Amino acid sequence: MQMLLRIVSLVALGLVLVPSMMYFGGMVALAIVTRLALIGTLIWFVATPMWMGRELPVDATHVEI
Amino acid sequence: MSEETASPGGEYEREPVPESALLGSSKFWGMYAGEHAAGTEFMIGPLFLSAGASLSDLVLGLLLGNILAVLTWRFLVVPIAMAKRLTLYYQLERIAGGGLVKLYNLVNGLLFCFLAGAMVTVSASAVGVPLNISFDVPTNLFGLSNVSFTLLVAMVGLVIAVVAAAGYKTVARVANIAAPWMIAVFAACGIVALGQVGATEVATIREGRFWDDAIAFVQARNGPQTFSFWQIVVFAWLCNGAMHFGMSDLSIFRFARHKSAGWAPAAGMFLGHYMAWIAAALLLAALIKLQPELAVGPDGRVNANPGMLAYQALGWTGILCVVIAGWTTANPTIYRAGLAFQGIVPKSSRTAMTLLAGAVATMAGAFPNLSAKLLDFVGTYGTILGPMGAVIVFDFYLMPRLGLRDEFAARSGARVNLAALIAWLLPVLVGLYLIFVRGLFAAYAVVPCWIACGLLYIVLSKFTQGARLPTTQSNA
Repeated sequence: MQMLLRIVSLVALGLVLVPSMMYFGGMVALAIVTRLALIGTLIWFVATPMWMGRELPVDATHVEI
Repeated sequence: MSEETASPGGEYEREPVPESALLGSSKFWGMYAGEHAAGTEFMIGPLFLSAGASLSDLVLGLLLGNILAVLTWRFLVVPIAMAKRLTLYYQLERIAGGGLVKLYNLVNGLLFCFLAGAMVTVSASAVGVPLNISFDVPTNLFGLSNVSFTLLVAMVGLVIAVVAAAGYKTVARVANIAAPWMIAVFAACGIVALGQVGATEVATIREGRFWDDAIAFVQARNGPQTFSFWQIVVFAWLCNGAMHFGMSDLSIFRFARHKSAGWAPAAGMFLGHYMAWIAAALLLAALIKLQPELAVGPDGRVNANPGMLAYQALGWTGILCVVIAGWTTANPTIYRAGLAFQGIVPKSSRTAMTLLAGAVATMAGAFPNLSAKLLDFVGTYGTILGPMGAVIVFDFYLMPRLGLRDEFAARSGARVNLAALIAWLLPVLVGLYLIFVRGLFAAYAVVPCWIACGLLYIVLSKFTQGARLPTTQSNA
């Protein structure tokens, strides 16, 4: 199950990133890029919390610029 | 342990991190990659273009500056962090005394409020896009934007402050989960922007016509400015000066099992301070090429509106990214500022102090020019906090060799190590004079102030240590 969720998250990231490359290559319109990115975003925030560790990193309150 | 009293790793606040709690290098790569894809990047990137930096200077200057930053982390911070395994604050307390740490913490807290204020502005700019609230930047440094935007800043600031007062854990988890997505969004924004300006071939990118046209557009409205190659190098190197030269990241690297963890900031630098800055700058170039009227405010000047820039490239995803990036940066910043204020007034509640920090940050966020001056602010931040790291470095490497006592406050029981106090304040005051009165580029002051602070600390210690007999032995 964990592995499947990780794959779903990876696909979600792909939906954010890959269409922008296709736009760059002149293969899709910008409207499709923005729509797929939003779908990828929604999937990412649903799937990722289910597998990404709830343990906070040691720098959780650290401030970097 | 409750969130009221502890932070992650908080059980080792006043003792060396034990062997059992050490972390492998891969953890640090993840941490740094996530931390530096932050809300600040949306502001800083376009400022390079607005300031007139050429594309080739930006690409090469950021490369060199970021390499120098990584080397500073690896060879300055990590050896001391692994030898002592203490937080910055406890290490500083042992050298400079608890009283001086409180002062340092207060200054740090106030600076954090202004940084958080810039992030409140960034988040509000994104929330304002769907609400059709324009982001007007006045000419005066302490001028307000339009009424609607100012009210929006107040609302966003209030929400961020209340969430920070409730604790850092939930937002820290959101930040953790959002980090890989934010990096992907930054990259997608940059790639789309390149497509929008028609720079789809290496030759077009190398020619950089779209970039030069954008600079000409900005400077025709904002007046001529220059931002040289060396300014870019030094800014990229020292924008995190408080964290490496200033030794703030001792608190992170005290958990490092291997020295190789010291290379991990490369992930943050080359994703956040290289790819993301360039991507954010490209967004402004794209907006100017496609919809120049959106880049110009009512006063006729070009202002980078992070929300609008991201929206033009990636729609709602861009807006979400700006809001989340701003929020997840502002939240720990306000939280840490609240802790700093609580340290000054120990009987106060953390919630009240965090709300106070949030109020100060929101007030700062209401002045959009403060975030527009982020390049200067970040340099000033490093100039003020960075030199304190020299006290730690010189204390660690030179004091015993010169026949002086290291960790003098811990040995003598002093509340304030006068040598450290004067060595810190004197160069910083000179640096601030040069920045604010003589117009020195802020990041240029960091290294000279750092060296002056270290040397002064040694010289002054020669006088002050003889005057005070040691009463307590160092045990760290």
